[in-house]
Amino acid sequence: MSVITVPGTGAGGWRCGPCDEDMVMKPVELTYLNSQFNVELPACPKCGYVLIPEPLALGKMHQVEQLLEDK
Amino acid sequence: MEQTELRQWENRCIQEESPRCAAACPLHVDARECCSLLAARRVDKAWAVLARTMPLPGVLARTCDAPCKAACLRGEKGGPVEMGALERFLADAAQPPKPLRPLPRNGKSVAVIGGAMTGLCAAWEIARKGFAVTVYCEAPEVGSALPDGVLDAELAAMDRMGVAIERGVTPTQDLVEAQLEERDAVFVDSDGVPEAVRYFGEPDEVTLGTNRLGLFASRAGEVSPAFQAAAGRRAANSIMRFSQGVSMVKSRELEGPYDTRLYTNLSKVEPAAPVAVGEGYDEASAVQEAARCLKCECMECVKGCVYLKHYKQYPKVYVRQVYNNEAIVRGTRQANKMINSCMLCGLCDTVCPEDFAMGDVCLEARRNMIAKGTMPPSAHEFALRDMAFADGDKCVMARHAPGADSSEYVFFPGCQLTATDPGGAERAYADLRERLGKVGLMLRCCGAPAAWSGRDALFRESLSELKTAWQGLGSPRIIAACPSCIKILREAMPEAEIVSHWSILSALGLPRTALKTGGTLAVNDPCAAREDGAMRGDVRSLLDALGVSTVEPEYSGELTQCCGYGGLLNEVDPALGQAAAKARADAVDEDYVTYCAMCREMIARTGKTAMHLYDLVYPGEQRPGDRPTPGHSERRENRVRLRERLLRELWSEVDGVAAEEFEKVRVTCTEAGAAAMEERRILTSDVQKVLLQAERSGSHLVHGETGRFLASFRPAVVTYWVEFEKTDDGYLVHNAWCHRMKIKGGQP
Ligand code: SF4
Ligand code: SF4
Ligand code: SF4
Ligand SMILES: [Zn+2]
Repeated sequence: MSVITVPGTGAGGWRCGPCDEDMVMKPVELTYLNSQFNVELPACPKCGYVLIPEPLALGKMHQVEQLLEDK
Repeated sequence: MEQTELRQWENRCIQEESPRCAAACPLHVDARECCSLLAARRVDKAWAVLARTMPLPGVLARTCDAPCKAACLRGEKGGPVEMGALERFLADAAQPPKPLRPLPRNGKSVAVIGGAMTGLCAAWEIARKGFAVTVYCEAPEVGSALPDGVLDAELAAMDRMGVAIERGVTPTQDLVEAQLEERDAVFVDSDGVPEAVRYFGEPDEVTLGTNRLGLFASRAGEVSPAFQAAAGRRAANSIMRFSQGVSMVKSRELEGPYDTRLYTNLSKVEPAAPVAVGEGYDEASAVQEAARCLKCECMECVKGCVYLKHYKQYPKVYVRQVYNNEAIVRGTRQANKMINSCMLCGLCDTVCPEDFAMGDVCLEARRNMIAKGTMPPSAHEFALRDMAFADGDKCVMARHAPGADSSEYVFFPGCQLTATDPGGAERAYADLRERLGKVGLMLRCCGAPAAWSGRDALFRESLSELKTAWQGLGSPRIIAACPSCIKILREAMPEAEIVSHWSILSALGLPRTALKTGGTLAVNDPCAAREDGAMRGDVRSLLDALGVSTVEPEYSGELTQCCGYGGLLNEVDPALGQAAAKARADAVDEDYVTYCAMCREMIARTGKTAMHLYDLVYPGEQRPGDRPTPGHSERRENRVRLRERLLRELWSEVDGVAAEEFEKVRVTCTEAGAAAMEERRILTSDVQKVLLQAERSGSHLVHGETGRFLASFRPAVVTYWVEFEKTDDGYLVHNAWCHRMKIKGGQP
């Protein structure tokens, strides 16, 4: 599966609290209904905590969710 | 949906039936389309509509006797459209359209004997179907004075279509017989030949066939040019069928004039007299006359429904979309949102001349989607969670009146009233006890969200719990205030006697608390009261007793419109739900009074002043129209607190329901945070769960500049993100968002 990069998706100043690490972009698997996507997302290099930033959640991601719901 | 059901529904909607003009015209010229284009000054396009349908249009448009006129619906409002004069104007003024292209030659040939109007029209129509045609006549002769060159131009067009005209031929019986030998079929224009040639008897009315095989003839004596042309077309159809060896009679009902089922409401049409024809129209007068055409159509249901309007078509088209949506196995379903957006209010059904019930179609489709597992998970989830909450331990109760061990009545305020106006519900209950004595109380949901979302199993489950609780009280008469509860429960529990609070109040009289401040208010009937004239009457008599003078919006009573909440529209498509509420709000200038908690909320949220009848009968601190509209979380808390307070104060019981761990998390929100939560339907309890999870796991993000924290949690099927700050005794929420996609193998 190819990795999708969504332009403008960055950590936006967030860092991992417990690990004290800056987030790095890495491929993350997202699933919804019966679909899977490999998306480049900010994550903690140490513990792997993934960030879904607000613009992504309410923008592109929401659109894809709606599409998958066959609307 | 089965295909037969689809056909039945489709057949009910008459929007696609012909307007009266086209149905009465033997050629079915689309006068509506023609007038519509001409009214928009599209002269050439309007002419093209005629030229497409009429044989020899240059001749016929100038001679047509307009049989449509007697049928035109405009006749009832000032006088029928002067279609004949409009045709003549177009024939003179328009550019000739592109020549018609006949079907490819089929290798067969036909003789037409007689060159009067019927014979020429028959030749035209037969040639269009791909036959080689030869006309035998003394001379083509259409029997009316026409401007120079008009007939010649049409004859030239016929020549290009492959019609040969043999002039100077005297039609005889021998000629007919000879042509029958030679050709595939022969048509005789009975009015274009001498009497002696009509030796074949009276042609059949439908087929124009004669007692000679392959010989077709018009019936003599037709004087109307439109009907002459139609006879030519009928002959062409018969010859086509004859040469193909198919049935000569099947499905020919719509060939001549027919009755149309189209219904067009004239109640808002102002009468307008025809523009005088005088010497004939010029462009200005023709445009003006064409504008008088009513563009006859039905659309009764669409006019009154924001939802039907939104999807830009009408039920006949929608029901096919619903059918197709269900038939899709793979690929994208296109109509899910459409199916889930109907308010199930029944207005369409009420106004439709054929009782087309879009609500029934949509509800059935929802049930099928649930059964097949194709219902989009997000569509009704929030509403169903809210219903589960209203039916949960923290909100549910069923008790006899304090100190009583039986109930004559039980008050059922419904989950929306207790969510939006717990004080009103409490005061109403006090009044009922005071004046009626043994009135028990039942707090829970009637199951409407389950029913509306098509989840029958869930609805039955919730109903059986409700019944058990009611039977536990001795099956008393139910006093319900919410019209939706009343409607749902009356249908689902025929064994119960369900009276509206409004009829109880009408009988008892107003309570002492009632605000008799008078004034003028517009009444908003909830859609659930559409079929309940008694309830609507009770409400009006109560308003009268309150000294209120009432105004009715255009859609009122049994024609009332839904506020946008019904059928869960507001959950599925909030923007459309709000548009429906707005339409309601804008319908009157006066402030509204209604008797459904959700109508009040939906309308008040548009910014319009709206009050619930409880605000007048059982007023609280605020002025009736000023009561705020609580947000999603507050609505839940209102129910919980109402139950707790009543248990404590009326039954001296402490609430036995223990708070869950997450409920102890203390949360406050900034204004922006609260707004984000409300818009995104994120509840305080969702946020509390995220914060509890962050506290326990230690996982969170921290912002380099603001120092704020960010944490996420997925309690069920939605992942929530909360941006917060720690305060001395809890958390301050700055923002929150959510999504449904799951991070695979990621955080909980
Ligand atoms: S009211 Fe609506 S459903 Fe009924 S016939 Fe007219 S367009 Fe069709
Ligand atoms: S008003 Fe227009 S559409 Fe209606 S019948 Fe008359 S010409 Fe036809
Ligand atoms: S919302 Fe009401 S009027 Fe509109 S289609 Fe649905 S049931 Fe009919
Ligand atoms: Zn980390």
